[in-house]
Amino acid sequence: MLLPAVLVALVFKYAPMPGVIMAFQEFKPWLGVGGSSWVGWDNFKLMFTMHDSVQVIWNTIFISVLKILFGLVVPVTFALLLNEIRHIALKRSIQTLVYLPHFMSWVILGGILLDLLSLDGFANRLVTAFHLEPILFLGDGNWFRATVIVSDLWKEFGFSAIVFLAALSGINPALYEASEIDGAGRLQQTLYITLPSLLPIIIVVFTLSLGNVLNANFDQIFNLLNPLVLEKGDIIDTYVYRTFQGGQYSLATAVGIFKSAVGFVLISGGYYFAYKVANYRIF
Amino acid sequence: MYYKSPSYRTFSYFNIAFLILISLLCVMPMVHIFAVSLSGKSAADSNLVTFLPIDFTLDSYAQTFKNDNFLSATAVSVLRSLIGTAMGMIVTMLAAFSLSRTHLEFKARTFYVWFFLIIMIFDAGLVPHYMLIQKVGLVNSFWVLIVPHLVNVWNMILMMNFFRAIPKDLDEAAIVDGASSFKIFASIYLPVSLPAIATLSLFTLVGHWNSWFDGMLYLRTADQWPLATLLQTIVVVQDFSKTGINPEQLEMLSNRSVKAAQIFIAMLPILAVYPLLQRYFVKGIVLGAVKE
Repeated sequence: MLLPAVLVALVFKYAPMPGVIMAFQEFKPWLGVGGSSWVGWDNFKLMFTMHDSVQVIWNTIFISVLKILFGLVVPVTFALLLNEIRHIALKRSIQTLVYLPHFMSWVILGGILLDLLSLDGFANRLVTAFHLEPILFLGDGNWFRATVIVSDLWKEFGFSAIVFLAALSGINPALYEASEIDGAGRLQQTLYITLPSLLPIIIVVFTLSLGNVLNANFDQIFNLLNPLVLEKGDIIDTYVYRTFQGGQYSLATAVGIFKSAVGFVLISGGYYFAYKVANYRIF
Repeated sequence: MYYKSPSYRTFSYFNIAFLILISLLCVMPMVHIFAVSLSGKSAADSNLVTFLPIDFTLDSYAQTFKNDNFLSATAVSVLRSLIGTAMGMIVTMLAAFSLSRTHLEFKARTFYVWFFLIIMIFDAGLVPHYMLIQKVGLVNSFWVLIVPHLVNVWNMILMMNFFRAIPKDLDEAAIVDGASSFKIFASIYLPVSLPAIATLSLFTLVGHWNSWFDGMLYLRTADQWPLATLLQTIVVVQDFSKTGINPEQLEMLSNRSVKAAQIFIAMLPILAVYPLLQRYFVKGIVLGAVKE
């Protein structure tokens, strides 16, 4: 019964793996992997010396680190605030609205953002209403980075809060009752009971998200990127795609491997740490 | 009680107001796009629309549905979503059932667990994947949208954990009655886990509907593209070179309310399944993630 899954995995996931040796060649499609000449680590050296690729790696880390930090702080805060609402129907309605963007693809959200954030779009109508200069949200490098981080929050903060909301409902009510007898207020309860109880799951989510340090989200950036902001907005995945389109197969593969290898170490390290610290297992 | 204190009440009012504001902000962009799509051309182009349509018209939807590219892309998307979800769920459930057996019943379990874990944490990268798809002859084929996605390790894990929570007594009773593994799977595990299957199917369905990059990478001509890929090209990148359209259509496609209408149509199936999804997903996600 395992056979279909094993076959698909072998063909589509394992079979491409030997293809990574292209990174050590000067690959020519008409010669194939067998006929192309070997160049050793040259492609990797090129990657770390070329201005473009160094900048791209830096952009990726910059964007994804900020995404990881905000993507942790905002959902936790949101879960804590939502937890204070005792009106169930209201709580449900808020959840329904904030989870919705998670299910839309970046093509849809990208299309919406392009319309909303364009020079004559809705966002700039608000900006000019305050007599400010219109903002090039997607045409200026720094604004682009901010837009990318904020729009990622918009899409994911609600959905990321689910795991914290689940943890909140699992806290033993006896703790709160006891603290009330001791005269603790709600703020003290939050600081000394709620947050410490959430800490293990916060650590797990944080460690696992570290695996994404070189993964700044291709779908999002690719749909918002334009030549004006290439310098500050280009990330590893979009760079690999363009290098591949430009026919530099070996360089694209090398950059791809660099990303996969770092990701592999961080993800497996993250799972190991989460297992040791919080006894978190997936299998 | 803390919630009777005046300071907490003040906080509570502010908190409720703040959260309502945040949740409305989350959906406002979509409401705006919907309003633009229902507005007249001039009002939309001169950016007068906020959350209510101006000069209400269904013209942009009518124009969108006159476009052959758009219709064929919608058909491809519907097909890939339905076929891809059905086939994917079968493969995933069969594998999850095998992996949910204990080491005693399934000696090679550890090996296969690692076999699937590795593909979850290591990826060969874009170029080797492309070379492989080319080698197996799936470039320019509809099946490239389906077959490579059949194995979803994450869904497999969720499903496996769900299966493991089913009491073993059921198995034992069936074994005593002489049932085969497949019989146990089909007559006990499947019916018992229908809610979990429904949840994962909906997630897979949404994933297929939203998927665009594979279409762009592997399918050369626009008439084979799913809707998400077509939208990506004409609305987001605004590249019309691959779609082969005449100047009249070009003018129509660059119209703001027509773009908004296309975006909204792409959102529609997700909005339609969202109430169903929402009922299950909180439970579904927690369900698979917790083990005894």
